[in-house]
Amino acid sequence: MKVHINGSIKEFKAKKIKPEELIIQLNLKGKRFAIERNGEIISKNSFDEIYINDGDKIEIIGAVGGG
Amino acid sequence: MDKILDTNDDLIIAGRSFTSRLLIGTGKYNSFKETRSVIDESQSKIVTVAIRRVNLGQTPDEPSLLEFLPADEFTYLPNTAGCYSSTEAIRTLRLARELLDGHNLVKLEVLGDPETLYPNVVETINAAKILIKDGFDVMVYTSDDPIIAKQLEDIGCCAIMPLASLIGSGMGILNPWNLEIIIDKANVPVIVDAGVGTASDATIAMELGCDGVLMNTAIALADNPILMASAMRKAVESGREAFLAGRMDKKLYSASPSSPIKGLIK
Repeated sequence: MKVHINGSIKEFKAKKIKPEELIIQLNLKGKRFAIERNGEIISKNSFDEIYINDGDKIEIIGAVGGG
Repeated sequence: MDKILDTNDDLIIAGRSFTSRLLIGTGKYNSFKETRSVIDESQSKIVTVAIRRVNLGQTPDEPSLLEFLPADEFTYLPNTAGCYSSTEAIRTLRLARELLDGHNLVKLEVLGDPETLYPNVVETINAAKILIKDGFDVMVYTSDDPIIAKQLEDIGCCAIMPLASLIGSGMGILNPWNLEIIIDKANVPVIVDAGVGTASDATIAMELGCDGVLMNTAIALADNPILMASAMRKAVESGREAFLAGRMDKKLYSASPSSPIKGLIK
């Protein structure tokens, strides 16, 4: 499946993937971030409960320096 | 009257208490280490952060800004810098709340033009209404229009943050009269945000009666940011004390020398 992540297309062998697994694959485990799927925030409580599917648009954000 | 240093003069925003009236932006620094050194020197307690896409190519041990600024030492103020509509700003701050485990004190800014970075007050008001209804404590960046400032307070914003001059311009306070009107009418803290260029600008803002000053570029782009952070800390404290002390009236001339008129040697 193909998923849009932060504006780039990423391919996965699996047909669907849990946010928890996605975070591990992206080396973000243990980091502070928030995730949106198709414009809806995925709360941390549901990382292991829902699936990201083919064609989903994912945004993963963090805090950076700014004024 | 007690000296100000002996009394509690904390800045109170939405029921939270802060020992510093200087708020610092964390952008434009060369490293997180430099950011941290500047903030330590400034003694600021509120630090703004921007919300952006994470770098997906990062290594697992790559440091992050928040690791250098732990939540038990500082209050984060996630901002909506770069947002040009209420929709973008609301989306950004909801993500920030999720990122920061429910933290709801935020800085709302909706810009109107990428060149001047002047705020779009219509979009700002629209966003503020929705965010407040959604449980956010909104500190709001706005123009120095006293009517808009009052409307933002009436909506429920917990601090009004008018510009002194345009973001990143360092032009200082261009309309002290408008700021005075905003301060005079406001029942929530007024914090000058944007346009401060050097220490005297911050002092003048505080002497006018502002409750605080928020700055980023004036420190980050100084030749010596850590020294400028020290200057800004003193400038804000100095201006605050002068405001509380109450300045003398201005006169064209006084015919009242400071030394006695009597007893002159003749």
